[in-house]
Amino acid sequence: MRMQIEGLAQRFGDRAVLEGIDFDDEVTTLAIIGPSGGGKSTLLRILGGLLAPSAGRVALDGELLPADEPGLERYRASLGFVFQDGGLFHHLSARENIALPLRAVHGMGEVDAAARADELLDRFGLAGEGDKRPAQLSGGQRQRVAIARAVAPRPRMLLLDEPTSALDPEYTTEVLDLLADLKREGTRFITVTHEMGFARHACDKVAFLCGGALMEYGPAAEVFAAPKTPELKRFLGKLLEWSV
Amino acid sequence: MRNPFTVRPGERPGPVKAAASYLIVCALVIGFFWLSLLQVGVALDFGFVAQYHVRILDGLLLTVQIAVGSLVASLAIGLPVAVGQGSRILPVRYLCDVYVKLMRGTPLLAQIYLFFYIVGTAWGVENRLVAGIIILSIFSGAYIAEIVRGSLTSLDASQLEAARAVGFTRRQTLRYVVVPQLVSRTLPALTGQLASMIKDSSLLSVIAVIELTQTMQEISSATFNLFGTYLFLAGAYLALTLPLMFVSRYFERRLDYAHAD
Repeated sequence: MRMQIEGLAQRFGDRAVLEGIDFDDEVTTLAIIGPSGGGKSTLLRILGGLLAPSAGRVALDGELLPADEPGLERYRASLGFVFQDGGLFHHLSARENIALPLRAVHGMGEVDAAARADELLDRFGLAGEGDKRPAQLSGGQRQRVAIARAVAPRPRMLLLDEPTSALDPEYTTEVLDLLADLKREGTRFITVTHEMGFARHACDKVAFLCGGALMEYGPAAEVFAAPKTPELKRFLGKLLEWSV
Repeated sequence: MRNPFTVRPGERPGPVKAAASYLIVCALVIGFFWLSLLQVGVALDFGFVAQYHVRILDGLLLTVQIAVGSLVASLAIGLPVAVGQGSRILPVRYLCDVYVKLMRGTPLLAQIYLFFYIVGTAWGVENRLVAGIIILSIFSGAYIAEIVRGSLTSLDASQLEAARAVGFTRRQTLRYVVVPQLVSRTLPALTGQLASMIKDSSLLSVIAVIELTQTMQEISSATFNLFGTYLFLAGAYLALTLPLMFVSRYFERRLDYAHAD
């Protein structure tokens, strides 16, 4: 999918969170990395149609991000968004979390929606958990349900906002494994992540966002092997300090 | 063997265990009143029940009607007030705020007298039953506004963002996310409020609405059986409110999706 970004900026009051972002490339799997407060989540929310940018243009496959609410609703429905935490509807079972948007937004029948939900739960190792509500699931199970909900309508792209940062290490692995599987099946995604191993080995491209600017972008192997900017060198150096 | 009268934190007692402990509690409460009655040397006589059963039933029915009618009317008051308390238009916000504070900060008895004899007379509300329902609704509307406001503020912003992310329209967000979550948070408290209103309606006896309390007062002065009538009165109110309290507790457990059960 071709993603074009031109002069994108986001300001909250007089604080600039994103400034002068330009981008034009085919995206299959992209990791957005960078220090906290660098604008990663803000960029992802703009791409997801959840936040209107202060300035600039975004286009997916040549189609500009809509400006009107009905257009945005269709746009959001064509993507799958996974939040850091709390993205599942508290009052619905895991199955219903997946099936309800299929029925209400994508016009699927009751039987088909439930079947699709069960198929995904089954595939994501959640068979038998369909009737549980989010509070009754572990953090890792919750995120897998959230990913199932996001992929259920077969979106053109998944957007994941730090999908593992609220999880214990053992749950982190199960979610990352699942994403790697999805990638092998051809699912496209953009993920904001602090998991550098995942960014490096499971994503084709990496974008380094720091201080609201896109500092580096390129194939994951290259960006990690030969960082060009001092900011990225420092960022990766800090991460390596405590690695095994 | 484990102590049959204790539970571990978070444990729900089995039916037999619960029944045994309830039995003890009931025996204690009834025993205490029984002893007190013996001390004052009063013999209870419920003979009036058979004699006046038609009037008692009428009073009971009226009490239920007042409570249900007031619940509906106070919802109609409380919901907009709850929203109004967050209004950007300051006079609206302050009006709602003052209303809630006035109603919650003054005794219902004073409100009944003031409303009925001053406001009611001035504006021609002469039907005592209608006046009673209006007063009780205005009083209870303030409590309902607080209940609703509490659940409105507890609505999680991330739930609304998730609703947008899956592609819900505003109307769908309201229908599938906001309303179900609000209902599950307010229903237990609203049921409890209905129980309170059944009790509070007893104060309408002061403007001679012939509901349950007024009925029993009349029977009491006709039969000179003060203890019997009031004990019966208390029992009749309990018969109405206890089931509601159980229903409220049931809703609380049933709709508490934040906890595993």
